[in-house]
Amino acid sequence: MSCVLWIALMCIALAPAGAAAQTVDYARSRITCVSTQMKVPVEAEFRRFTAQLAFDPAQPEAGSARIEIDLASFDIGSEEVNVEARGRNWFDVGNHPRARFDSTGARALGGGRYEARGPLAIKGRTHDAVVPFTVKTDAAGNATFEGAFAVRRLQYGIGEGIWKDTDTVADEVQIRFRLVTGGKPPQKKP
Amino acid sequence: MAATGRTRYTGTAIGLHWIVVALIAAAWALGLTMVDLPLSPQKLKVYSWHKWIGVTIFLLALARLAWRAAHRSPALPSSMPAWQIRAAAASHALLYALLLAIPLSGWLFSSASGVPVVYLGLVQLPDLVGRDKALAELLKQVHVVLNCALFVTACIHVAAALKHHFVDRDDVLTRMLPFIAPRRGDK
Repeated sequence: MSCVLWIALMCIALAPAGAAAQTVDYARSRITCVSTQMKVPVEAEFRRFTAQLAFDPAQPEAGSARIEIDLASFDIGSEEVNVEARGRNWFDVGNHPRARFDSTGARALGGGRYEARGPLAIKGRTHDAVVPFTVKTDAAGNATFEGAFAVRRLQYGIGEGIWKDTDTVADEVQIRFRLVTGGKPPQKKP
Repeated sequence: MAATGRTRYTGTAIGLHWIVVALIAAAWALGLTMVDLPLSPQKLKVYSWHKWIGVTIFLLALARLAWRAAHRSPALPSSMPAWQIRAAAASHALLYALLLAIPLSGWLFSSASGVPVVYLGLVQLPDLVGRDKALAELLKQVHVVLNCALFVTACIHVAAALKHHFVDRDDVLTRMLPFIAPRRGDK
């Protein structure tokens, strides 16, 4: 009996005010960024993040999202660059381990496209971000959120010192994401 | 090689030959130093320049092959033994093969490392292979080994040219030199 009560309390505690919270399948979800150096686009992946999503296409304005990225999990495929990215000039993960995006109330743009707005905090600086995305729901009821948006790295002080010069590394960085709901209960990606 | 009336290469052939020599020297100088540079904007620039030079060498090698298809090379001295003529043909074929294979291996290595090649910052080459760390490591070795092969072959090429000039005293070197009148006649 106490067990049932506990589960019921947990459900109430976890449920956001709007739509029901959805479990994210981290094995099928990805957040990447594409930076451009010497006009060369290079993709990197954030291998660890958590996402709390609540979204009902019928009621986008009731949706909410909180995404937290473990910036130390940045992986561009070269350990030399990964180490540099974790350092003070870039993400400074020692002082600012996580980036966070919070949004409540998405807006329908039509044609299965939506737009979420909210504060994006990286390296102790916060700027509003506009994040367009699409939602596809499969037969099992699992939703796939996909989208991309640009951030200006220098707004967040990412790439300071010798890296400030945008002739080599461009200011604009594309953030791309694919978040899939369903599957196992919430857990961090290994 | 069939005999022609010509005693030297055309200006186009001579120009292409020496431009490629200069570009190979530059690509080697950048390639050997860039790998040890600390990560910096300068390093990223030098890597890009090295790749642009490599693509240029590849394109000029194709232009040189096109020149060869459309022109006959000047005749070799009639005093050359058959084995030397065969060796010269083989080493020239190997040089052309390496001028194409080395940039190709570098391009594939770059793609496998997850870094596309954007020629002159303008034209993005397609990635023929996806990002793959093990493949990138293999292609790096291939790129290095092929460059060693080019270095050895180029040394033989230069040694042969000098031997023709100073020992055989024929026109084999001067027919590829700009601004210098070729030696007359066969030895």
